[in-house]
Amino acid sequence: MSVTQHAEPAVTAPPAPGPKETDGRTAQRPLALRLLARPEVGVFLGAVAVYVFFLVSAPPVRDGSSMANVLYQSSTIGIMALPVALLMVGGEFDLSSGVAVITSALTASMLAYQLSMNVWMGVLLALLVSLAIGFLNGWLVVKTGLPSFLITLGSFLILQGVNLAVTKLVTGNVATDDISDMDGFDQAKKVFASSFEVGGVQVKITIVYWLVFAALATWVLLRTKYGNWIFAVGGNKESARAVGVPVTFTKISLFMLVGFGAWFVGMHNLFSFNTVQSGEGVGQELIYISAAVIGGCLLTGGAGSAIGPVFGAFMFGMVQQGIVYAGWNPDWFKAFLGVMLLGAVLINLWVSRTATRR
Amino acid sequence: MTSNETGAPVVELKAAGKSYGNIRALHGVNLTVHAGKVTCVLGDNGAGKSTLIKIISGLHQHTEGEFLVDGGAVRFSTPREALDKGIATVYQDLAVVPLMPVWRNFFLGSETTKGPWPLRRLDIEGMKKTADRELREMGIVLDDLEQPIGTLSGGQRQCVAIARAVYFGARVLILDEPTAALGVKQSGVVLKYIAAARDRGLGVIFITHNPHHAYMVGDHFSVLRLGTMELNASRDEVSLEELTNHMAGGSELAALKHELSQVRGVDVEELPEAGDLVAPVASGE
Repeated sequence: MSVTQHAEPAVTAPPAPGPKETDGRTAQRPLALRLLARPEVGVFLGAVAVYVFFLVSAPPVRDGSSMANVLYQSSTIGIMALPVALLMVGGEFDLSSGVAVITSALTASMLAYQLSMNVWMGVLLALLVSLAIGFLNGWLVVKTGLPSFLITLGSFLILQGVNLAVTKLVTGNVATDDISDMDGFDQAKKVFASSFEVGGVQVKITIVYWLVFAALATWVLLRTKYGNWIFAVGGNKESARAVGVPVTFTKISLFMLVGFGAWFVGMHNLFSFNTVQSGEGVGQELIYISAAVIGGCLLTGGAGSAIGPVFGAFMFGMVQQGIVYAGWNPDWFKAFLGVMLLGAVLINLWVSRTATRR
Repeated sequence: MTSNETGAPVVELKAAGKSYGNIRALHGVNLTVHAGKVTCVLGDNGAGKSTLIKIISGLHQHTEGEFLVDGGAVRFSTPREALDKGIATVYQDLAVVPLMPVWRNFFLGSETTKGPWPLRRLDIEGMKKTADRELREMGIVLDDLEQPIGTLSGGQRQCVAIARAVYFGARVLILDEPTAALGVKQSGVVLKYIAAARDRGLGVIFITHNPHHAYMVGDHFSVLRLGTMELNASRDEVSLEELTNHMAGGSELAALKHELSQVRGVDVEELPEAGDLVAPVASGE
């Protein structure tokens, strides 16, 4: 019964290399359309539109120092929006990023004050605490496989409570003590919260950090292995793992990067205001996430950029300050924010559909 | 046995099995993969095909029996280790990231870099050039390597995944149902790449539930049923008809035929007799 007609496999011919240079079946879309499909270009146009709008409707904006103010406002959002955006490209979110900023500032301030240490010791310990929080968030997300929304919602509530309770316990107050006369304060202030003069306008140093970090993040995202891995773990975690991408390392390190950002902004807050209000930071996480989404980062991960969130943060800073300069009720800010977010989400949806269309 | 199969196998499973807790997904599986040969693993849904490739590709570990690569016992804990041994898997979902460009997908997880450390960066030009060359060699010509891989057709994506595995020094290529979701013509294209990979000296493990596709390119056939091997035969020991019968249910089908013959209006004359279904049974050659 085991007699066969073919002793050799039927298919033997290796495929011949195609003679044509291109298969000619994919027509190039017009350049303008291809550019518009880039989320960064969309948000750039949006930022220009918002800028022009306030330039026209709020004359004080035209002043150089107002612009420096707008950029400062944008930079404090933007520095955090960058790691939040990278994390989002990597397919996760961090709802605790807003209160984590305050946690970091409180840690540095209270440790330095209570133990009468050089403030740099507090700064260093705060960095460790922030990285540890990021690590814990990432580790829990990776090990449990639960949505990061749930895990970080938990850490958000924990940190919010701990911030208030521990501050009250230690200082007997809702704010920390003024540390401006402590050793190392002036030095740290120079690093985290100084300003310099450009053409008669005081420019905050955070603007420089913001742009440097953005350039660095862009380079990492597009030109390094690690950047490739970020896109891969966000785009398809199982595929990434199957081809040998260290998924666990990539995800956890992204959460730790958010921790680093929280530390940096926390230190800025501490050294520009000398004290920290323990109840602050709630709601900021949504601003960071919104800036990343407006900047073209796909909420579900796998697509986005670092330059997009820069424009996203600028739009927020512009609107926030522009409303003040225009003399309107600042309550309008949140409404503006919502409109921009919805618009960006709709554009994002269209982009991802275009990209995956056959 | 043909003379080519007498060489040492690259991958060999000896009475291998896998249990998840008290559920035995796979038991007593013998499988040999030789360079330049296509070993087909057939089986219905739930027969243990996926478990088998997960063991070989390093996603899971076997819990009984032996798993040998080049004659030495191994136990992979990550897919990376399997890759380092030259065992590459093209999964059903192809392990591609749809939104990423073709060339980034091609090199994902094995990116090449240039420059000293702080400035070490992806060798984008080099990677694009290599990807283009490798794809052309497999007969795939793409207009734009920057297009997201999600925009390619199913057959094209499959071929990119195969070309990728071949380029990264795979000696054993595991293809998980590569033709399952494809049309007739695209399946033909994929079968050609399987033949091309075989002719380049790779050992191919071709997982499928289509005996016709398997018989087109296969040198050795293993049929899995409920986690054990039902058939383990080389090409000259089994005909396409027998293979189809085994796949279609074999002895179960004969029993079903008997039942159906009790029902009026069902013509069972054309169905095979139980006696026709006697074929070399897995016996650990």
